[in-house]
Amino acid sequence: MENLKKELKEKIIEALNLEDLTPEDIKDDELLFGEGLELDSIDALELIIILDKDYGIKLDDPKKGKKIFESIETMANYINENRSK
Amino acid sequence: MKTKIAITGMGIISAIGNNVAENLKSLEAKKHGISRIENIDTKLKDEIFVGEIKRKNQALREELNLSKEDNFSRTSMLSLIAAKEAIKDAELNLDENSSIGFINGTTVGGMDIIEKYYNDFYDKEENRHYIHIQDAGSNTNLIAEHLGINQLVTTINTACSSAANAIIFGARLLQSGRLEKVIVGGADALCKFTINGFNTLMILSDEHNKPFDENRKGLNLGEGAAYLVLETEKSALARNKKPIAFLEGFANANDAYHQTATSAEGKGAFLAMKEALKMAEISPSTVDYINAHGTATENNDITEGRALQRLFQDKTPEFSSTKPFTGHTLAAAASVEAVFSILALQEQKIWPGLNFTKKIKELNLIPQQEVKTQKIEKVLSNSFGFGGNCSSLIFSRSH
Amino acid sequence: MNTKKCFINGMGCISAQPTFENSFLENPQIPTNVVDFEVVKPNYKEFISASALRRMKSGIKNAVVASSLAIKDAAIHPEKIEAIITGTAFGGRQYSDEFLKRLVDYDEEYLSPTPFIQSTHNTVGGQIALNLNNHAYNVTYVNSAAAFSSALLDALLYINTAQKSNILVGGVDELSKKSIERYRLVDHYKLEKDKNFDILKTSSTGCFPGEGAGFFMLSKNQQENSYAELVDVQMKNDLKVEDLNQFVSSFLSYNELSIKDVDVLLLGNNGDENFDYYYEKIENIFTTSENIYYKHLFGDFPTSSAIAFWIAAKILKDQHIPEVLYKTAEKSQQKTYKNILLYNQYRGKDHSLILLKNV
Repeated sequence: MENLKKELKEKIIEALNLEDLTPEDIKDDELLFGEGLELDSIDALELIIILDKDYGIKLDDPKKGKKIFESIETMANYINENRSK
Repeated sequence: MKTKIAITGMGIISAIGNNVAENLKSLEAKKHGISRIENIDTKLKDEIFVGEIKRKNQALREELNLSKEDNFSRTSMLSLIAAKEAIKDAELNLDENSSIGFINGTTVGGMDIIEKYYNDFYDKEENRHYIHIQDAGSNTNLIAEHLGINQLVTTINTACSSAANAIIFGARLLQSGRLEKVIVGGADALCKFTINGFNTLMILSDEHNKPFDENRKGLNLGEGAAYLVLETEKSALARNKKPIAFLEGFANANDAYHQTATSAEGKGAFLAMKEALKMAEISPSTVDYINAHGTATENNDITEGRALQRLFQDKTPEFSSTKPFTGHTLAAAASVEAVFSILALQEQKIWPGLNFTKKIKELNLIPQQEVKTQKIEKVLSNSFGFGGNCSSLIFSRSH
Repeated sequence: MNTKKCFINGMGCISAQPTFENSFLENPQIPTNVVDFEVVKPNYKEFISASALRRMKSGIKNAVVASSLAIKDAAIHPEKIEAIITGTAFGGRQYSDEFLKRLVDYDEEYLSPTPFIQSTHNTVGGQIALNLNNHAYNVTYVNSAAAFSSALLDALLYINTAQKSNILVGGVDELSKKSIERYRLVDHYKLEKDKNFDILKTSSTGCFPGEGAGFFMLSKNQQENSYAELVDVQMKNDLKVEDLNQFVSSFLSYNELSIKDVDVLLLGNNGDENFDYYYEKIENIFTTSENIYYKHLFGDFPTSSAIAFWIAAKILKDQHIPEVLYKTAEKSQQKTYKNILLYNQYRGKDHSLILLKNV
């Protein structure tokens, strides 16, 4: 689980081009949207691609992402339960 | 004195017809043009619906007497067909010295060809000539050359409001006295680039689009081209050409909220409509029909709806989006819908918004769902695009 | 009709030369061993937030910086800007090529939205409006070498008729490796072997591709620091070389000027042997002006006229022409520079004349 979280942080930094950040800068329970990392709706779409490409999870409704992408913690939990690769 | 802008010709090709007459017939018969995609081999073909013109490139080329070496993208061929119809309708004589302007709108230009031969260019020489048209402007230049227009020619890309801004710039050139006649409009063909681009935004519906419906699921992309011939009223009078309609007002405003989403209250949309009414010197209550942008995305319809309610209070006139007929034709949308607005004025008919069943909860707006005959003097047409670009046009009847 | 004059009150320029600093080609970087002219990068972080920068390629970055500089230079409050008009032929070409490559190479799988959103031309104007929280008229012209002159013409129509008082107008294009490769296949751009080629010796095809952004605050109100007056813009989509004389003379006579009133002729020579004869021809018409060029320092790109516009305004304000711009060693001893005429075309299309006057 810890490995998955670290992996997720790295992937997010790369996909969203957050070049000033390192995985250590992102706390597991930090909010990704709104406050915290201040990601927006375009970032949410990028995260949906990560789920699909790297973990074989397809989200057909971006609204479902709201709960899943709350934090690294929630994202890792969701991936753990639903991944197909 | 204010220069009155007359419209003296129009031409169109869309999923519901190859010319104005065919488009009119489809609108009157409530016959839509939404289907599965056939001309492009895309992985998304079973997931989306599109407003596709069911004619292969070869057929278009033959109709236009073009050879394969002529560098025409599908978008440009659609342009040529619609522009030629508009020129004929306006009875223009395009000899070499005619000082007619051409303002084109397109978002994709030659993309359909570039994506097709992307990996072949290096190995094979035969298709390299298409590289010349990889940018939008080269497509317009080529169309201008074939039409015999060589003076003021330019292209606008403000995404889904491109053709509206082409119409606005054309009108302003007439008002400034720099031109007497100008051909304005836009074109976009379906291509993988756009289909996949909109797919990444997750706003493509897997059903037929249903604007202003509570359960709308997104848009259907379409393809098409439409052009108007704008002319100063003086110029039209001088050659005894009766205008088919007038352009009374126009405005462009920016939402300045987000790259792809519109602000919750639809500020840009509200400003564009308000300014257009101001220019036309008319009150909201004199608008008889609104051809809404109505893409059927969750975001557009709620925000456009809010802007309509704010401007018209509780007296929103008859309105509909005609995108259930044609799909969203992007850069062509505003000119396609300008043609439909003019047809509404000519036929005194309001065009229906198809596929509507349930009102959006937060709004008190129900689009007209039938072909309704009534007195129509003024039509407002909206076109909004990514980048916050919002434009509104007001057309009036020619008596 | 009482036509309002149009003044250039602020400028910002990012190019292959250090033009963003307050200097005027005092230390020009004479390019050696390059085939593509990349911009000298300003410190983007001073102008753009990290959260916005992560989604920007060079064109939009340069446009945002150049527009900020122009607004600051004119000392105008962003709320007073009544139109934002952009010219860009290629738009977000780097992102567009990236999206296209993934689309083809990965067979339509796992495409990401950012390159698509940022590829479209009007992202530039949209982003500037977003940064300034500006809801005014916003349009993007994309017609190849006519993109910037179209934007200028649009602005001029508004100012001349006094419908709007303050307009931000600019031209921007960016280099993109994939597009350059394609254009090289069809002789638009010079090849590696042409490095260090003198573009006035037109014996090879194509140009040296460049990139850059020039943004300007135009106003109907003259300020103490106004650079110059934009008098007129004229475009002609297609022109035979034998009709050039007629095109130029009718433009000048419309503006009540004669050939010898033009003090400086700023030309778009780009070293393409197939098309530079247009410039030869116009030089034969203007025998008394000082004829200068600039693409040897900046490369060529569709909106490079924005760079020429910046140069012309600088010359009129400073009353000085940097040595490096002269086509020949012989210079006449001009006392004051009043009128500067810009002429540009690309591959025989999109001819434009832009006339500036001192204030």
